[in-house]
Amino acid sequence: MRSVVAAVIACVSIAAATVASAEPPAGAAACSGCHPSSARGPSPVARLAGRDRAEIVKAMHDFRSGERAATVMDRIAKGFTDDEIQAIAAWYAEQK
Amino acid sequence: MKTDRRAFLKLGVAATAAAALCPLPARAQASRPRVVVVGGGFAGASCARALRHTDPRIVVTLVEPSATFIACPFSNSVIGGLRELSAQQFTYEHVAADGITIVRAAATAIDASTKSVTLADGAKLSYDRLVLAPGIDIKWGALPGYDEAAAAVMPHAWRAGEQTLLLRRQLEAMDDGGLVIISAPANPFRCPPGPYERASLIAHYLKTKKPKSKLLVLDAKDAFSKQRLFQAAWAELYPGLLEWVPLSKGGNVTSVDAATHTLVTDFGKHQAKVANVIPPQKAGRIAEVAGVADRSGWCPIDPVTFESKLQAGIHVIGDAAIAGAMPKSAFAANSQAKVCAAAVATLLAGGTPPSPKLINTCYSLVAPDYGISVAGVYQPTAGQLADVPGSGGVSPSDAPRETRKAEAVLAEAWFRTITTEAFG
Repeated sequence: MRSVVAAVIACVSIAAATVASAEPPAGAAACSGCHPSSARGPSPVARLAGRDRAEIVKAMHDFRSGERAATVMDRIAKGFTDDEIQAIAAWYAEQK
Repeated sequence: MKTDRRAFLKLGVAATAAAALCPLPARAQASRPRVVVVGGGFAGASCARALRHTDPRIVVTLVEPSATFIACPFSNSVIGGLRELSAQQFTYEHVAADGITIVRAAATAIDASTKSVTLADGAKLSYDRLVLAPGIDIKWGALPGYDEAAAAVMPHAWRAGEQTLLLRRQLEAMDDGGLVIISAPANPFRCPPGPYERASLIAHYLKTKKPKSKLLVLDAKDAFSKQRLFQAAWAELYPGLLEWVPLSKGGNVTSVDAATHTLVTDFGKHQAKVANVIPPQKAGRIAEVAGVADRSGWCPIDPVTFESKLQAGIHVIGDAAIAGAMPKSAFAANSQAKVCAAAVATLLAGGTPPSPKLINTCYSLVAPDYGISVAGVYQPTAGQLADVPGSGGVSPSDAPRETRKAEAVLAEAWFRTITTEAFG
């Protein structure tokens, strides 16, 4: 009986984890309003999917500090913490 | 999916063994969660698509009476003769291709207790969770003299389509030397910088084609979005042509008379050759019918899940929602749609949605080659969506023309990307 209960609990947590893990971290979903998800069509704004994690992190830090010239990214980067930037960069690096 | 596999691997052998005992695949197929999305604008279409991408098991139905969506962003360029309305039109073909059922009908009633949506033909759709993205309705009657008949003479052009073309035709038909008047409403309303972008592009049209004409903006406010940038650009580009009259200088329009093209303020009467009345607004009608709109006419929501504070199981996104510091913009609608979709999927799976972060980015054209922007980052704070301190703001006031030119190019790219995400 106990093993059945354990299995059911595991089952529910797998279902929750499956959905949760597919989700982008806080803030990441918003980027695709400007950064195209699809490679179709030219855009002056860089695609983020599959980009190097360290490169995204550095860009965000440079935008935030003002070291890198920006249009809107300086104002947006200031809204994200180091941890959030790390999570977003890691997530995009793994997207196709 | 790669991320799914990783989650399973992380849980390890024990969990895999437990999963083998689970009747999950069979059960999931028998009772796939159903989400109905009402409204096929930037919010609704983006949310329907994001739901399918987040969890393909969810059966998503999008209820939208129109076969074609007509986008408001860049519709001021149509009014100013710089763009055709066809560039604003999008169909739902690609949305349907994502596996979303499109029901071409108007939703007429919603029963939150039985979780069902009634369509105009009487058919009913059951849902496990409902997303309302009804956009705005004009608050007819809020401005005395302005009803649907008056709008056929003094267009609002605040929902893109025939009204957009009507205003453009009126400007084209006007003799040089005519007075054009825009009346801008009090907050809140769809697209806070919209009236001022419109004033700019109408001024551009007049300057180019009818330079003896004048444009008056009668405003129910003393301050507006990107105000310093707009006003500096107006002084540079349209001196003597465009005059903005704030509330404190008698700008508040208290009634209109369509028969004589007259706008009445506390301080006097103005007779226009062409009058564009941007009237007070409220959430799209179905929000009121569903009981998710409060006395303000807009919909209070939980800032983490976008679930209505008035009706359980119903989420409200886009212009209809009271989203705290977030403006009623297409980008905000798209950003909210994705957060709401993730929250709905998590709730359907029995989880607790994490606190989100949202972004708004919004460009306005002051002239075809002169763009300005506002950006913001938002997070739930004390039950409201609030600005993340230290983030956001508008374009620099001392930027060179090259920057303004670059922002006009980015505005076009913005439109292509966000419409592709919602409809492409």
